Amino acid sequence: MGYGRDMRWLCGLLVLLVLAPPLLGNNYYLTVLTMCCLNAMIAVGLSLLVGHAGQISLGHAGFYGLAAYTTAALSTTLGVPVGLSMLAGVGVTSGVAALVGLPALKLKGHYLAMATLGFGVILSILFNETVAVTGGPSGFTGIPRLSLFGVEFTSDLSVYYFIIAILGLVVWLSFNILHSRVGRALRALHTSEKAAQAMGIDIARYKLFIFIVSAAFAGLAGVLYAHYLTFIAPASFGFLFSVQLIVMVVLGGMTSVPGSIVGAFFLTVLPEFLRAFESIEILLFGGILVLCMMYLPDGLAGGFHRLWRLLGRLVYVRHSGEDNG
Amino acid sequence: MDLPSLLQYLITGLTVGATYGLTALGFTIIFNTTGIINFAQGEFVMLGGMMSVFFMRALGLPEPAAIALAVAGTTLLGALVERLAIRPVRDCPPINLVIITIGVSILIRGAAMLLWGKDTFALPPFSGSAPLPFLGAALMPQTLWVLAISLLILAGLKTFFARSIHGKAMLACSFDPKAAALVGIGVDRMVLLSFMISALVGAVGGAILAPITLTSFDVGVMLGLKGFAACILGGLGNPFGAAAGGLILGVLESLGAGLISSAYKDALAFVILLVLLFVRPSGLFGQKDGKRV
Repeated sequence: MGYGRDMRWLCGLLVLLVLAPPLLGNNYYLTVLTMCCLNAMIAVGLSLLVGHAGQISLGHAGFYGLAAYTTAALSTTLGVPVGLSMLAGVGVTSGVAALVGLPALKLKGHYLAMATLGFGVILSILFNETVAVTGGPSGFTGIPRLSLFGVEFTSDLSVYYFIIAILGLVVWLSFNILHSRVGRALRALHTSEKAAQAMGIDIARYKLFIFIVSAAFAGLAGVLYAHYLTFIAPASFGFLFSVQLIVMVVLGGMTSVPGSIVGAFFLTVLPEFLRAFESIEILLFGGILVLCMMYLPDGLAGGFHRLWRLLGRLVYVRHSGEDNG
Repeated sequence: MDLPSLLQYLITGLTVGATYGLTALGFTIIFNTTGIINFAQGEFVMLGGMMSVFFMRALGLPEPAAIALAVAGTTLLGALVERLAIRPVRDCPPINLVIITIGVSILIRGAAMLLWGKDTFALPPFSGSAPLPFLGAALMPQTLWVLAISLLILAGLKTFFARSIHGKAMLACSFDPKAAALVGIGVDRMVLLSFMISALVGAVGGAILAPITLTSFDVGVMLGLKGFAACILGGLGNPFGAAAGGLILGVLESLGAGLISSAYKDALAFVILLVLLFVRPSGLFGQKDGKRV
């Protein structure tokens, strides 16, 4: 996909997201939409790692949580200004990602999945057990709302607009990475690490770089989440959420950044829609997941693409029919 | 630390570890024939325990019959999963199949929650609960059952793969599905068989563990995680490694709980696992695979 086309796509997305709130009307829908954007932020980072570099992480919920708890503890317990604590949250997350990634990224395939999974589980146990710092299983309350340079974002709508600005930045950065030398190196090492190495690509460095970037995106989502909800609990950062994040990326269409955003929106909104079915909600969720994956092997993005082409062909056929008649 | 309590931790660890090993065996069998990690493996273990409880309570069956029925039921479900969700899309990339098994596990967990609620259930121990004294430690009779049945399953699988024509055919599939198909092995049938055996082994593990650790609709998540960890620890694809990995993981966890803190026992087990992986990137008993470029 060309750079210009990616940028047009990004502009379209931002316009849609900016125009969405008045159309929704209801505060509950705004909350769901905000969560969609936060999850999309993590999914975009993960799609760089999984879809483009061919690595895997089952520990991204841990990064998300680490950032959220760091900024929560700094701003609430120690009284650090919110802007600074958020920066620290993302910084700590990136640093930890570097420390973990250095040895872990030498592992391949399922072994890498296990290592990142183990890391995520360890973090989630820490969130639960270090009650003095995190508040334990009952959660961390009273986190200050988002404020930057003394300006407090008092309404949910203003936080939402701030979050889509950050999401736009994240997507823009991702497109730029993918269209640069780094992106080409990542695709090369995805195809064959040995061949990439033979071409002179420092695969360890590129893998670590993209791992840190994707962890930093998860960290960004984490700090925004903490100051948006003003309450966090370990249950949101567990193993199952890591799995859900991978599902978002794969379901959306692995090798496409727009796809992962679509996947994130789909998987965040779906449970809210299914809530109407009450007890069989979880059955429907599982069933839809299985069926989507079975019948849309290229993910939702691939499905849309095929639908689009089909429509295009129909229109084309009708046009040429008119010409003849 | 005195000897009897150390022995006690060891016994507890081996008991739990044996069921991790059985779960890990299930993962290994499916991985070997299909190359995918079956995320629904933990749910098979959960079903072994929960269905046994259900058949005992609802149908008033004696315990052995209830367990046999539960294992049979889970095996059937394993076959259904393969036929309905895996076979129609066999040619998809492995990651898609893995996501499908995640969906299947959500489905099974959801169905179990709807059927049996969110309560915790206990299965009565197979032969009483009077502890047997053993070198100063207390040995529960159920521990002996768990160890004996696990060994029996292991021996059974070993004979199956080494002696029977089906077992050998499955091994052939794990080496190279295309070559296996060329010599006339029905690869599809072997994949079906591998799902059934995995489900069976998992369900047995769930049923024998249920009297010790209790069971509920959501025990499959953690058991599946531990089983996967055991596989990786032993070296993925190696059945002996999987069983050994399970035992090692169980003992580590139990020692961690006893010597350090029970809250951090899972964390400790995973820390050791991570360190091991960093030192030996393909597991304790795994082969270092050199791939041709």
